[in-house]
Amino acid sequence: MIISIASGKGGTGKTTVAVSLALSLSDVQLLDCDVEEPNSHIFLKPEIEDVKSAYTLMPAVDNDLCDYCGKCASACEYNAIVVLPTQVMVFPELCHGCGLCSMVCPRDAISEEPREIGVVRKGRIGDSIELVYGLLHIGEIMATPLIDHVKEEINPEKTVIVDAPPGTACPVIAAVGGSDYCILVTEPTPFGLYDLRLMVEVLRMLKIPSGVVINKAGIGDRDVYRYCKEEGISILLEIPYTKKIAECYSEGIPFVNAIPEWKNRFAGMIDEIRGEL
Amino acid sequence: MKQITVISGKGGTGKTTLVASFAALAENTVIADCDVDAPDLHLLLHPEIVKREEFKGLKVAVMDKTKCIECGRCEEACRFNAISYNASGVDARDGDFFTDVTESGYTVNPARCEGCGVCVFVCDQEAITLAERVSGYAFISKTKYGTMAHAQLNIAEESSGKLVTVVRNNAQRVAEEEGSELILIDGSPGIGCPVIASLTGVDLALVITEPTMSGLHDLERILDVTRHFGIATVVCINKYNINEENSRRITGFCKERGVTIAKNIPYDPVVTRAMVAAMPVVEFSVGAVSDAIKEIWASIR
Repeated sequence: MIISIASGKGGTGKTTVAVSLALSLSDVQLLDCDVEEPNSHIFLKPEIEDVKSAYTLMPAVDNDLCDYCGKCASACEYNAIVVLPTQVMVFPELCHGCGLCSMVCPRDAISEEPREIGVVRKGRIGDSIELVYGLLHIGEIMATPLIDHVKEEINPEKTVIVDAPPGTACPVIAAVGGSDYCILVTEPTPFGLYDLRLMVEVLRMLKIPSGVVINKAGIGDRDVYRYCKEEGISILLEIPYTKKIAECYSEGIPFVNAIPEWKNRFAGMIDEIRGEL
Repeated sequence: MKQITVISGKGGTGKTTLVASFAALAENTVIADCDVDAPDLHLLLHPEIVKREEFKGLKVAVMDKTKCIECGRCEEACRFNAISYNASGVDARDGDFFTDVTESGYTVNPARCEGCGVCVFVCDQEAITLAERVSGYAFISKTKYGTMAHAQLNIAEESSGKLVTVVRNNAQRVAEEEGSELILIDGSPGIGCPVIASLTGVDLALVITEPTMSGLHDLERILDVTRHFGIATVVCINKYNINEENSRRITGFCKERGVTIAKNIPYDPVVTRAMVAAMPVVEFSVGAVSDAIKEIWASIR
């Protein structure tokens, strides 16, 4: 079973929920797909066993073969390649690595070179948790291909937890795609609600069943509860806003380790989800 | 004209809270919400939309099933896994493919399609074309604090960076027309495409962080980004008193990096109450939080 954790708004507690689940279940694999700012490893402190480079492809032009016909430039939808009378310029920050320029080149002057956009790290915490996370290199814009690389490591034999990035755009779709269930983590505030609504729409479009975890329960207002009721979305769990939990978070300590009875609640939530599916 | 972007690396550290208050304190300023896929600034500033334009981002491949001979070349050539084959015609969610697919054969997944045109090129039946798609909307609005440029990316769309650029161009045009001195930009979390688009060419990046291990980790990465692009940077610690040891750690780290720390903001539940009241916190209340924000504003402007 693959369960993704998403939120729309940042900082609502996705990583808290993902890490708590990993520690409350046995034989789990946690994939941290927030490759721009991954945080799960801060809480889980894995022993890293493997680091792989992740690449996308970029065109390399052979000036001896090129006759500056300009077919590559007119084919490129991203304006990532510009042909001047005696020079071809490639803009790596615009290139999506689709390969079309090399396909359309009549003189086979364009080959493709790998460009490292980040790394995928794999590690272990005790016997029962495997953590895989991606780390996008500074200055790189394309999170989605790196997320795909992280997800290639999915082990379907295990319970797989996918920690998604914030937002509702392509990196989130890449992260939650293919999951059997998505847990939406929100906070009971107007910002939390606005972004939750967007994510509910995303999941409806993707036809992924979902439920809500309300983090920092007690702050804000009741509108998130009203919304969930109206839309028939189940509230799976409420995590109260307490000094103890906030302190654990700030120290990088999973709060379920400090207050172990919470492990049963997280495990129970997964049982409930399994039942629902 | 100067431009300031508020960013954070980590989400939920208080970017929008800060920008809304700055907007309330600022004069002669254009406000730009560059968090285009989960924008929240409008919830505090209540913009009245004056102009709304369609945003056309990446194109999308469209397949004509009547011409498709199911050779599979498009699927093979697509590097974004945006085309897949559905044999049975039943709802079958596998891999990254989502299912509106009730018919059999090859289908394009628009959420994964980057509109590159490779499939169009490899198809010798001319069964695939690239079509424009509206990926969101850009707005120019009036608020009681000044003109605001903002946007909403449609859900599950690509090219948020491009839409950020549209919002920034709108803000610059308005600022020139109105003779504004400053553009105040609310960024998105992360360090990737939309964040870089909201940072390029600005005069100052104000990074708001929190004294947690995650905050510190994400701060390091966002400072690497602003350094990479050579952007002057100031850091502010929000809720600094929830973990003073970590706040000291962050201060020390910033000193090492030669990054200035602005006045820090204390934790106060009034910030959430202001959000529920849908008001910038400096307008909602007087107190330590408002004082700190006013001091930061005075120091950066």
